Amino acid sequence: MPETYQMDSNPVIRIERLYKEYVTDAGPVPVLKDVAVTVMPGEFIAIMGPSGSGKSTFMNILGCLDVATSGSYLLNGRDVNKQSGDELAHLRNQVIGFVFQGFNLLPRASLEDNVALPLIYSGIPRGERTARANEMLEKVGLGSYRHSRPNQISGGQQQRVAIARALVNRPKLILADEPTGNLDTHTSEEIMALFTELNQRDGITIVLVTHESDIAAHARRLVRLSDGRVVYDGLVEHAAPQHLETTT
Amino acid sequence: MIGAMLSEAWMAMGANRLRTVLTMLGMVIGVGAVILMLAVGQGAQQQVQASIASMGSNLFIILSGSTTSGGARMGGGAAPTLTLADAQAIEELPAVVAVAPSSPGTAQLVYGPNNWSTQIIGSLPSFLTVRDWKLSAGAPFTDSDVRSATRVALLGQTVTKNLFGEEDPVGKTIRIKNSPYVVLGVLAAKGQSLDGRDQDDTVLVPVTTAQRKLFGTQFAGTVRFIMAQAESDEVMPKVEKSINELLRQRHRIHEGADNDFSVRNLTAMANTAAETAQVMSLMLGAIASISLLVGGIGIMNIMLVSVTERTREIGIRMAIGARGRDILLQFLLEAIIISVIGCLIGVILGVGGAYAANKAGGMAVLVTMASIVTAFAVAATVGIFFGWYPARKASLLRPIDALRFQ
Repeated sequence: MPETYQMDSNPVIRIERLYKEYVTDAGPVPVLKDVAVTVMPGEFIAIMGPSGSGKSTFMNILGCLDVATSGSYLLNGRDVNKQSGDELAHLRNQVIGFVFQGFNLLPRASLEDNVALPLIYSGIPRGERTARANEMLEKVGLGSYRHSRPNQISGGQQQRVAIARALVNRPKLILADEPTGNLDTHTSEEIMALFTELNQRDGITIVLVTHESDIAAHARRLVRLSDGRVVYDGLVEHAAPQHLETTT
Repeated sequence: MIGAMLSEAWMAMGANRLRTVLTMLGMVIGVGAVILMLAVGQGAQQQVQASIASMGSNLFIILSGSTTSGGARMGGGAAPTLTLADAQAIEELPAVVAVAPSSPGTAQLVYGPNNWSTQIIGSLPSFLTVRDWKLSAGAPFTDSDVRSATRVALLGQTVTKNLFGEEDPVGKTIRIKNSPYVVLGVLAAKGQSLDGRDQDDTVLVPVTTAQRKLFGTQFAGTVRFIMAQAESDEVMPKVEKSINELLRQRHRIHEGADNDFSVRNLTAMANTAAETAQVMSLMLGAIASISLLVGGIGIMNIMLVSVTERTREIGIRMAIGARGRDILLQFLLEAIIISVIGCLIGVILGVGGAYAANKAGGMAVLVTMASIVTAFAVAATVGIFFGWYPARKASLLRPIDALRFQ
């Protein structure tokens, strides 16, 4: 646990003895084995690992999109395993902001409508939805594109829109699954600068999955997964070179 | 929330315009067919019922019967076996309300420059009671007119129109077979009979006048038919039996010999016609409902395709906080909107089609509010019913599976 964080505050994420198996025709395939990770408010964590190390699965479980086979997961002190489907939807809507590698914007909706979408499921009235969506678009520097469609802007801009959408419900936690995976180096740096700013200025906890060491370098803490197990958990600058290795 | 979902549903429908329109077409045709078929069926039913009402209620018609002449049996009405005395005797039977012996014939009517050939019925004032026929002007002839066989007449609407035009006929004198007849009154409009005859194309005169002065029968005092009205529907079988017995006795018909008259229960015949019309109406509606069902299956088909196509979109929505019921509602709303809009267009086309069938084809149609409301309710139900399964399927997707779907 990095010493920079107050130990008396409650963790955002507390995961212990987490196992995940996929059932295939050839029998159960273990993907995560005895994973334990605790995330404190305000942390910026990069999760690295080679393909098949289970980092995407881990991310989906963190994001309440998938459920673990066994183990405990407390999100904001609430036991995720005991939540109903509707309660999980509520957590995804209110507590977590998800950013995907493939942006996952609705192609037919305007940027404004895309960003406002989570607010529909929070039951926010129309006027406020529009105002907040535009505020977020301004924040990511795309205020003038509000009526454009996703296919009319660049990939980097689309990822900014996705981040604006993730932020619109003012979540405490942003989960980003290879957010720069589809972007060039320059655009990736811009996106990472945005994440850094959100973390440092707004105090939003950020967990991101990447396989690039220079992306991971923006985080303060590194969790390295290999073959479904945590093989390193500590400050990025203390990590051994092999734990920061760029993988494909 | 609903507002936002409605506009999203609208957008989703707009994204696949041709498909939406084709899906809707199924509903349009279904609802249109139901409305049109019900209109035609109910129109026919209404026509039959109007004819029945115009006929008078609980009616018997007694026809002078077949006779046997040298081994050849003649048809009904061939021999004039019924008399005014028979009519009087029938009137005295219990449960018989009114009796109208009638002698019909055809003659040319002349008034001023106009002339018109029509059916003339000689009968009693009770004819109006039996047929439940009102006068629209003037007064009926009386029993004393019958006793003295005066030359007076009541004109039907069609006759009045052809002889007098806009002129008031009451008190005027017309000529029938060159004799002057005073018009006492005008019969109210009756419309078509069950077999399509114009009931208003008729003239009523005292039966004695018809017998002695107009048509002059071979056998004095005979009439072609007698109409009798029973006091209620329940006593009809009993009355029919007693009329039969009475006439057999009066005509001195031996045990085992054929009747020389026949008694027909007009009301029973009319009710059969009404039932036939109702069955036809139901069947038309049922057949049309099948197209509504097919339209509903079309909606289900398209919604299933739509759910599969938009699985990824469902995943995205779930990832950012949509609950199962939000997804359910979204797809259900799309199905309902398609069916309700399709239904609205169907109602317009159905009502328009019924109107066109009436104007162009002269078909009797009746569009009732009930049929529109029913069609609408059925269409909305069909939309919900057939939209439910695909929407439910979408809402049960696991977020991770939906997101990974390619």
